[in-house]
Amino acid sequence: MTARLGWAPYALLLPSVLFLALFFATPMVQAFTLAFQGPDGSFGLASIERMLGDASFRDALLTTIALVVLVIPIQFALAMSMALVINAQLKGQGMWLYVYALPLGISELAAGIVWVSIFTQSGWLNSVLMGIGILERPITWQSAETPWLLIGIVVIAEAWRATSIIMIILVAGLQSIPREFLEAADVYGATTWQKVRRVVLPMLRPSLQVALILRTILAFQVFATVIALAGSGLDVLADEAQRWATDIDNDNVAAAYAGLILILSLVSTVLFLVLLPTREEHQA
Amino acid sequence: MRTNERLHRWRLLAVTAVMALVLAACTADDGASPGDGNGDGASAGDGGGEIVMVSSQLVPTAEQELMNNEILANFEGEVEFVGLDAGPFNDQIQAQEQAGEGEISLIGGLDGEFSSFGADGLLMDLSDVAEDLADLGINETYLEFGKLGTDQQLYIPWMQATYVMAARTEALEYLPDGADVNDLTWEQLTEWGANIEAETGERRLGFPAGEDGLLHRFFQGYSYPAFTGGVNTTFTSPEAVEMWNWLADTWEYVNPASTTYGFMQEPLQSGEVWVAWDHTARLIQALETMPDEIIAFPVPSGPEGKAYMPVVAGLGVPTTSANPEGAKDLIRYLLSPETQAATLSAVSFFPVIESDLPDVGPGLQAEIDAVEAQLNAADALPAYLPVGLGDQGGAYSQVFRDVFQGVVLDGGDPATILEEQLPNLQAVFEASGAPCWPPDPESDGACQAQ
Repeated sequence: MTARLGWAPYALLLPSVLFLALFFATPMVQAFTLAFQGPDGSFGLASIERMLGDASFRDALLTTIALVVLVIPIQFALAMSMALVINAQLKGQGMWLYVYALPLGISELAAGIVWVSIFTQSGWLNSVLMGIGILERPITWQSAETPWLLIGIVVIAEAWRATSIIMIILVAGLQSIPREFLEAADVYGATTWQKVRRVVLPMLRPSLQVALILRTILAFQVFATVIALAGSGLDVLADEAQRWATDIDNDNVAAAYAGLILILSLVSTVLFLVLLPTREEHQA
Repeated sequence: MRTNERLHRWRLLAVTAVMALVLAACTADDGASPGDGNGDGASAGDGGGEIVMVSSQLVPTAEQELMNNEILANFEGEVEFVGLDAGPFNDQIQAQEQAGEGEISLIGGLDGEFSSFGADGLLMDLSDVAEDLADLGINETYLEFGKLGTDQQLYIPWMQATYVMAARTEALEYLPDGADVNDLTWEQLTEWGANIEAETGERRLGFPAGEDGLLHRFFQGYSYPAFTGGVNTTFTSPEAVEMWNWLADTWEYVNPASTTYGFMQEPLQSGEVWVAWDHTARLIQALETMPDEIIAFPVPSGPEGKAYMPVVAGLGVPTTSANPEGAKDLIRYLLSPETQAATLSAVSFFPVIESDLPDVGPGLQAEIDAVEAQLNAADALPAYLPVGLGDQGGAYSQVFRDVFQGVVLDGGDPATILEEQLPNLQAVFEASGAPCWPPDPESDGACQAQ
């Protein structure tokens, strides 16, 4: 059978490989080359040193990592419960799927602007809280002087915006768990929590791994939400890369920042692959 | 067997058709890509008289819309107006120059930007256009600027603007005793903010410190000259330290969400901010929609005078222009009295020609009055936009932003931070070779920042 196919499979793969090589591998190599060049074109660590010595580098790195560390667990807890709700086949289940998937259709910047209208000083949140009497004066949620509050509102906005994609992956994973396992657990008298902990979560490991890797890589690139909500009050790595590329017109340092984001994404991917090994029997 | 073969053939045909469609789509000319102008073979519609105008002014989307729908509405001819940020603006024009040809026909930019282009020899002599327009009474000083020190007219002045202050009328009762809002000092502004905070508990001063905000022009054209009499040559002076300390103190009365403000008209309208500084084009909406609640007034004075920054925008034609005749027609159109009036009404950039200003609404009139008060003040001190920085314009402004971040937002020591940033400032001058510009004294060769 395989012999009859001959070169056909490789030919069919060729367009994808060419596409990846042209639009992903080549720019990546060019970006790394740029990062190791100075503005005059000579090779060396000048641009990387410039990036490390930049006044906002430390803040950008710490803020990005803080956002990733805070957003991922919250999103996974949320996505897990949303996926379980959908999988439970409750009445009106179809509606739940649409409601949960709504944020998927909105761009990052549009979501950021929506949340600005909620968190701005004369926005929805303050109006509601003052209306029901909890607040006497509006709180400035977007103040650069309370960076943790700023990070908090960015986390909320990101959790709302990006949880759907994790939920969809988990729903697909849940639906692939054979019913017999859950029925067997019922026979042995397991409670719902025990079922989730002992049957669902372990069998969900491949999906969890995929979702974690995907979401973490995207989280390191967080940009538009931070710009919309925090303006210049918070620095993140992607924002710094954009600033060096367009405002300061120094592509080398921008490439250095982009390379840093890539390295952080790679490290976290390897980490997840090591910490969440998937066992053979679950892939059947 | 036969059915299988037929199926196989249909599948092959289908796959080939799809591949052909995909290839055709990928290689089709993408003629209508706005803002691209990078001449990579997509040359649709050029020879037919379309004029591509790239501009570093009127870049915000709302302003581009007004340019297209109101200002350019009566032009006979097709114009593609492309607003670009400083970096890409410079890149596109330089790229066209290096390639020897391209899509750009007309350039709209600042005096400082044209001086770099002029130095590189990229601009066409427009003396014939200037002669055609002699009757309009174009501002002589600006026309002289447009020669960039040569005997050729390298750009024609287009429009001008500046930065003023605006306030909600409810703030006026908190002015310090004896203070006249049209003749304040910067210290009185701080007192004003302190009074508001003491009486209402809110911080109601506002500055555009957001990502898109023009706060760096505040340092370059207002606070530095007003306190120190210079900008680059007095960068680390004791007066500069005093100025930064003043700003850090004042920031206690500034709305902390200022780091999210790009245009001060919005927070003024919503009442988050009661007293603001910004570009005339970014305050106009507030002044026009709420003329009874929001007023405009000239900027306060500092120890060295009432420093303000005149923004002169001009029109230039690159030597590699795709449509030089069309570009010259467009220049004549934009300088005509009707269009200058439309520009004033639409985007609040003021005319450069002598003409009776049209009947304008109360909001725009308030701005005009504030601008004239600034211009004609006894201690008026014009501080010009950077000249000759080329592609270092962004890096230059970044230095000021970094000092602001370090001193005002992070509470650092001004003297230390200014010393740390001085090398970065000097690097900009070394890279661009730009000499000092007023109010700094003229320098021989690259400006020496101190």
